Amino acid sequence: MKFILKILKDFPWFLWSGWGAVASIFLFIALWDVGYQLYGELVLPSPKATFGAVADFFSDEAIVSDMILTITRAMIGFVAALIFGSVLGLLAGFFATASIMSRPIVTILVGMPPIAWVVLAMIWFGMGDTSVIFTVVIASFPIVFVGAMQGTRTIEGELKEMVDSFGLSLWQKFTNLYFPHIFSYIFPAWVSGLGMSWKIVVMAELLSSSDGIGAALAVARSQLDTTVALALVVVMIGSLLFLEYIVLEPIKKEVEAWRD
Amino acid sequence: MERLEVKGLNHSFGFFRVLEDINFTLEKGKVISIVGPSGGGKTTLLHLCAGLLDLTEGEIVNTFKSSAFAFQEPRLLPWKSVLDNIALGLIAKGVSKKEAEIKATNIALEFGLELKDLEKFPKDLSGGMRQRVSFARALVVEPSLLFLDEPFSALDIGLKKELQNHLIDYIAHHNLTILFITHDIMEAIRLSDKILLLKSDPGEIVKRITIDTPQIERTDKEVFDRMIELLKDQDIINTFELEIK
Repeated sequence: MKFILKILKDFPWFLWSGWGAVASIFLFIALWDVGYQLYGELVLPSPKATFGAVADFFSDEAIVSDMILTITRAMIGFVAALIFGSVLGLLAGFFATASIMSRPIVTILVGMPPIAWVVLAMIWFGMGDTSVIFTVVIASFPIVFVGAMQGTRTIEGELKEMVDSFGLSLWQKFTNLYFPHIFSYIFPAWVSGLGMSWKIVVMAELLSSSDGIGAALAVARSQLDTTVALALVVVMIGSLLFLEYIVLEPIKKEVEAWRD
Repeated sequence: MERLEVKGLNHSFGFFRVLEDINFTLEKGKVISIVGPSGGGKTTLLHLCAGLLDLTEGEIVNTFKSSAFAFQEPRLLPWKSVLDNIALGLIAKGVSKKEAEIKATNIALEFGLELKDLEKFPKDLSGGMRQRVSFARALVVEPSLLFLDEPFSALDIGLKKELQNHLIDYIAHHNLTILFITHDIMEAIRLSDKILLLKSDPGEIVKRITIDTPQIERTDKEVFDRMIELLKDQDIINTFELEIK
């Protein structure tokens, strides 16, 4: 509770410190406008037209339901990856054999291009929700898994000895030593897993689904509607930026205040 | 009477004999230091006595009601504030959080930390400050027996002396018992009632030196004189492979 209050208290200061980021985003938009003036509407629609299209989305029921669908899929996939990845990663970390055995499998999972998973998922599950969610899970899982495993394997023997010397109970050892240490590894892994889910969901939808933002993107492409396509991208990036910088970053800052 | 008795202790790592036939008794209120060169099995002996390593040969009888350990490095939990680090041992003993914080604050101030330091994380403290925290953490539980594993070795002489004086006060006022290992003979002379000289390969006690003056009455001159005397001792010369000029 104290922790959440501290995050809320520091929040205005955190936002105020974001002027640099805002300036760089505006600079980027200015360059984008230069591109528009050089190459014209068809290649690169103006930022104004794009943001106008984004604003129109919110009054378009079909697009709003697409957005909700996409976000739901991304969240379901991410939460599943978070649960499986964390639990299996912790287990793998606690047993030396399991961690040695899981390493090559993780390498395969990380190395496998997500697009290949989309194709396989389409064959296995057909078009629709399952394929999209499966792809999201399989792409984010290894990131979370590795984070959890690393966290468990890197607890210092010296600190373990110290807690033993003070005779902490198993539960006290967990809350004072294991949990904070593992969390410091697993939390950043969750954040990258979430970013991954956001990207993968659109790609999977584009190929293997007839609804959601990805599918809307495919329609915009076939109609050569660059403005809508770009506006959809802006929506996805905007929501990810919001989630990462406004929601997760303040939590991360607080959680990791003890780090150098 | 509480005591720690080590009888016929041997210890090996694989085929390598680290400790051989170690015998000594540590009584309540006394300080024994084990002095010897680095790598001579001192830490192993201390860990065996503290129960951090499993005993294989010999016997250790420990009737002390409680004990605490201060390590060579501070070993603080990096994600906990100074105050929570000090309170760790109290929490383990089931003391309420509020009482633990009061006790931890008091002992922190006694060990030369300031109120504003208590909320800091270990990363924001200097090495000497961290060692103070480590000492406070060990002593706040009011242990009957304290194990010290060269905790002064990384400190400058000023800080070393200051912390040693704190400890000497503690010995006098709390009837604290200490098993202390060090490679610094002067430190051992200043703090202990009995010095056990441990030679290496394998670790064996080759000499027992008793110092009768209570720690609190020991003057610097006395310590220096004793030091000079010991440096002429043949066993010490052999154990530390001192070159005589």
